[in-house]
Amino acid sequence: MSTLNAQPVGAPTPPDALPQTLNSGKCGMLCLIASEITFFGTLLAVYLFYIGKDPVGTPTPAEMLDVSVAPLKVVFNSIFLLTSSIWITLAVRQLARGNIKAFAVWWLLTILFGLEFLVGTGFEWYGLIAEQGFTIRTNLFGSGFYTVVGFHAAHVTIGLFLLSLVFVLTCLGKMHQRHTEKVELLSWYWHFVDGIWIVVFTIVYIIGH
Amino acid sequence: MTTLDHPGNPTRIKPTFLGRMHEWIATADHKKLGVMYVTTGLIFFLIGGLEATMMRWQLAVPGSTLLSPSDFNRLFTMHGTTMVFLVGMPILLGVANYFVPLQIGARDLAFPRLNAFGFWLFFFGGLLLYFSYFGAQGLYGMGSAPDVGWFAYAPLTERTYSRGHSTDYWILGLLVSSFGSIATGINLITTILTMRCRGMTLMKMPLLVWLMLIDAVLIMIAMPPLAAAQVMLLFDRLLGAHFFDVQGGGSAILWQNLFWFFGHPEVYILILPAFAYVSEIIPVFCRKVIFGYPLMVAATVSIGFISLGVWVHHLFALGLSPMVNTIFMGSTMLIAIPTGIKMFNWVGTMVGGKIRFDTPMLFSTGFLALFLIGGLTGIMLSVVPFDWQVSDSYFVVGHFHYVLFGGLVFSIFAAIYYWFPKVTGRMMNEALGKWQFWLLFLGFNLTFGPMHVSGMLGMPRRIYTYHADRGWDLWNLLSSIGVLVQIAGVAFFVWNVIHSLRKGREAGADPWDAWTLEWSTASPPPDYNFEEIPEVYSRRPLWDIKHPDDPDWKYE
Amino acid sequence: MHRRGTAAIRNALTRCMLPAILAALTTTDALATAPVCDSGTAPSPTMFAPRSVPAELILDLSWLVWAICAGIFLIMEALIIWCIVKYRRSKDDRTEAPQVYGSNPIELAWTVVPTLIVFVLFLVSARTIFEIDKSTPPEGSLEITVVGHQWWWEFDYPEYGFITANELHVPLTRNGERVSIYLTLESNDVIHSFWVPQLGGKKDVVPNHINHLWLEPTMPGTYVGQCAEYCGTQHANMLITVVVHPEEDFEAWVAHQQKDAVHDMSVATGRDLFLRTACINCHTIRGTVANGSFAPDLTHLMSRSVIGAGVARNTPANLHSWVDDPQILKPGCRMPSMKLDQNGVDEIVKYLLTLK
Ligand code: HEA
Ligand code: HEA
Ligand code: HEC
Ligand code: CUA
Ligand SMILES: [Cu+2]
Repeated sequence: MSTLNAQPVGAPTPPDALPQTLNSGKCGMLCLIASEITFFGTLLAVYLFYIGKDPVGTPTPAEMLDVSVAPLKVVFNSIFLLTSSIWITLAVRQLARGNIKAFAVWWLLTILFGLEFLVGTGFEWYGLIAEQGFTIRTNLFGSGFYTVVGFHAAHVTIGLFLLSLVFVLTCLGKMHQRHTEKVELLSWYWHFVDGIWIVVFTIVYIIGH
Repeated sequence: MTTLDHPGNPTRIKPTFLGRMHEWIATADHKKLGVMYVTTGLIFFLIGGLEATMMRWQLAVPGSTLLSPSDFNRLFTMHGTTMVFLVGMPILLGVANYFVPLQIGARDLAFPRLNAFGFWLFFFGGLLLYFSYFGAQGLYGMGSAPDVGWFAYAPLTERTYSRGHSTDYWILGLLVSSFGSIATGINLITTILTMRCRGMTLMKMPLLVWLMLIDAVLIMIAMPPLAAAQVMLLFDRLLGAHFFDVQGGGSAILWQNLFWFFGHPEVYILILPAFAYVSEIIPVFCRKVIFGYPLMVAATVSIGFISLGVWVHHLFALGLSPMVNTIFMGSTMLIAIPTGIKMFNWVGTMVGGKIRFDTPMLFSTGFLALFLIGGLTGIMLSVVPFDWQVSDSYFVVGHFHYVLFGGLVFSIFAAIYYWFPKVTGRMMNEALGKWQFWLLFLGFNLTFGPMHVSGMLGMPRRIYTYHADRGWDLWNLLSSIGVLVQIAGVAFFVWNVIHSLRKGREAGADPWDAWTLEWSTASPPPDYNFEEIPEVYSRRPLWDIKHPDDPDWKYE
Repeated sequence: MHRRGTAAIRNALTRCMLPAILAALTTTDALATAPVCDSGTAPSPTMFAPRSVPAELILDLSWLVWAICAGIFLIMEALIIWCIVKYRRSKDDRTEAPQVYGSNPIELAWTVVPTLIVFVLFLVSARTIFEIDKSTPPEGSLEITVVGHQWWWEFDYPEYGFITANELHVPLTRNGERVSIYLTLESNDVIHSFWVPQLGGKKDVVPNHINHLWLEPTMPGTYVGQCAEYCGTQHANMLITVVVHPEEDFEAWVAHQQKDAVHDMSVATGRDLFLRTACINCHTIRGTVANGSFAPDLTHLMSRSVIGAGVARNTPANLHSWVDDPQILKPGCRMPSMKLDQNGVDEIVKYLLTLK
């Protein structure tokens, strides 16, 4: 029925209905991030709800996250994670300019900084679990702590996996300027993972004790 | 589904059986996936209906011993879970899959492979749930289905009170299938926002597309919290965490809040598509444009919005403070306003129309009559003191079957009769359709009407038996008889589908003389949907073509 | 009492309801005043025959709610039917109907009118909520603690210092004045819900969370209800009996319950067997070493008309079956079969039968 496309006499020319700034990739990524936010929002709401409600009492967040230099280490790790967001922005900018080498460097830096964070979390957990015997079963605080921080770490891991994939492709010479948009979407995800860490950090390490 | 290759596609070489299977399994085409979703949903509907039949059989007379208590408890858990997650969800996603791209003039969803992935997640999630019947005890012994009710209140779901793995299957099955739903929801939002054809501004989208957009947004917002809650429950059960473990300080109230924060939007996720179907069907069969389109859109958006803030009405008997109860009573009642607007606008569309009572319209009218009842009992339930009496009684069971069966399922049948010709190229049989309608209408009211009475006479839900001295016998017997009539109705439907697939009258592209884009292409539509991507000038592009003297774009 | 006045209107309204409900009502009305303590004629737990102030308040409000909804129902269904009849297309009319795109004044009207209705309904209901939901006990009320167990009820009378099970006894008056009953609800395991429709709305019984429920009976009688939140296998048989006594009867009942179990030498064999068996780990019989708290207190078992939280009448035959294997009468219940020989069962039942 090709008549569909014939503009009727007198009808105003139809506008192009679609928003210019929003393509499928961006829209999909934004939706994914929105649903992730409600997921983390729920976990964090539960964490907040249970603060100070532990009948077992010990160990309290203050004890676990305060003794020794744990928080300092966490702050240190967090700085790594957060700055990786800067590097990834720079990397995307380089790719947009077609500067593949510079892109690769910034990209690698992002991965290394993210990795540092993950390793740092690993050490923190090792300390808590192996040395202090504090696990997910210990008490309510343990359950909340490992679930929230663990899910965040899982997201970092997924992010790192995808970043590494891009890096490998770059090394194989498969990344080009025209991939900027896809890489940018990945960087949005990474920003989200960083952003949510700020919230997790605030709730678990600052408000939480 | 041999039928899809009807004579309209003569160029096809007849594929082998395996080839055909492969074609369906490996497909990423939104139309094939849509058909797979709906077919799976209908099969699960029969299974869920069978479970309901067994329950009604047990409850027909007091003191019956046909089923053991735990078997009965498994049945209502599986029935509720199946109907909500494995019937309502796939059918709404399937219809959206098929018709959203067609109605906005697109060739597929935004992410076809994600779409296929979503379907298979749903499918295997459903299988996982049912596998519990065989495997829930692990390697030793027989399996058994979950018996915790469809909202699985903690701490009954904790390891202390629910041994074996049946509850784990409930969690995992739903977790997997709801990830599928979230993926498809995101896919729908993206498709609607970024793939409309030229001329289709937001305010020129068919109402179905609007409703599915809001629906998908609700899916995106409300389902992840359920996933989070289920993950925490799973950690409790498998790793020994304490989120909902009351001995360890966990909170039973928290689970209820988390579940219903999802659960209430979920029931609107189920009913918005019903609204969508009748919003398409009623105008076509009344030969009139939908009354008050802009207000319909506004009502849809506000229903979506309000529905996120009413979940506590499932918790009125929980002992929250009177202030909290009062506030949520208010927010719940607010929903009557936009829903009422919709009801009035549908009826307003009928007024002055030239109504054609073919089966789709019959079911849509049934929807109006029955959903109204369910909605009004909903308003009664939102009155907190009244809810204190009838909460968790058969009155509630009556309420939600009126909205879910009278509302959702009736509209699903309307949709199937309406779009079957488009999907298969053949009309469904009108006579059989009318039989089905009247049997279902009668059986439905006979089954679920009396439940309101038995509820107000003090009969709680989820009881496997009751004593003869309580005054509930008659009502339960009536309910159980009603199911027999319903079964006859469903049988007519099954027969009609089989019969029409083989012998149905050829439909042609536009059998109902309708107005939206899907009717502008062949039935069944070719793989690429439209030869040329269409361009639209109004909400009813085909009306404009059929009535060049009086086109819609002059009035919008 | 002004409620008496409204009762007449209410009854009048009751009679104009659907004949169906009417039938149910008249029977229950008659039964509700049946002789106290006679479990053979347990009345139907209907909300239409309130016997307590909160239940009356709810019913009063419900009439309004039903009236409003019935009105909307009638108008809407009439409209739909009118459309069906009036606007059905004539056989060979192939023309389109006149296209009406909408109408602002009409649409405004059907936005505003429901808003007003909802507003009124909200205000009236809110008032009743605050009237019924009492967070502190009214003055002079009798406080009782209710503990939900899978699948039976424990009733604790701190004021009188004894515990009983499954049958709640309360007075109608104290010192000649109507008395409020203020229940404290606790759960020992999962969520239950306490619901006796003739006395009031239900309230959940939640672990780790204390709830309160206010009742104020207006008439002596036996009222039934049951657990209303799904709580596992035997949720269906977690029944409640509430007996509202005239003042003197209640005092006599209390005095009896406060006593320790009788010590009847003629059933010493059964008694010894009971005390030697694991029964005592779960059950309490005051005056013996049995002091378990997992299961119903048996001190005055025979003063109750039912066993197993209402699953069966308390007859010697049922007791025998229960002690032999509780899973027959109440499959899935938390009391295991104690695997006694028939003689042992006989002796224990003989002993239990003396626990008046
Ligand atoms: C499709 C699903 C669906 C829909 C659409 C609804 C719609 C509504 N529901 Fe329902 N509900 C369920 C599915 C649904 N419900 C389910 C499954 C449960 C039980 C879950 C479980 O426990 O297992 C439940 C339970 C439930 C409860 C909890 C009961 C309890 O357990 O104690 C309440 C309480 O407020 C409630 C209220 C409402 C209200 C106010 C609406 C409103 O949206 C209705 C609005 C519609 C109308 C009012 C009619 C049309 C309007 C007019 C004609 C305008 C004029 C009207 C007025 C001014 C009043 N519902
Ligand atoms: C879309 C949702 C939906 C639908 C359509 C239905 C349909 C039906 N439901 Fe539904 N029901 C729920 C959703 C739904 N239900 C939910 C959410 C619950 C709460 C669960 C819980 O408490 O956890 C519930 C609970 C519930 C109860 C309360 C159980 C209890 O509390 O103890 C009852 C009792 O009668 C019942 C009955 C029925 C009946 C008779 C039908 C009928 O209308 C069914 C009609 C279908 C048929 C008659 C098909 C029959 C077909 C065959 C028999 C052939 C089978 C052949 C093959 C499989 C090859 N349901
Ligand atoms: C493992 C714990 C346990 C043991 C041991 C046990 N019971 Fe019980 N008993 C229960 C529970 C729990 C109930 C309540 C069951 C219900 O109603 O669901 C009960 C109920 C009863 C009742 C009915 C009480 C009522 O008012 O409803 C009687 C009588 C009874 N038990 C007798 C005995 C005797 C006699 C023995 C020993 C031979 C015994 N019980 C051993 C747990 C136990
Ligand atoms: Cu206790 Cu149901
Ligand atoms: Cu709800």
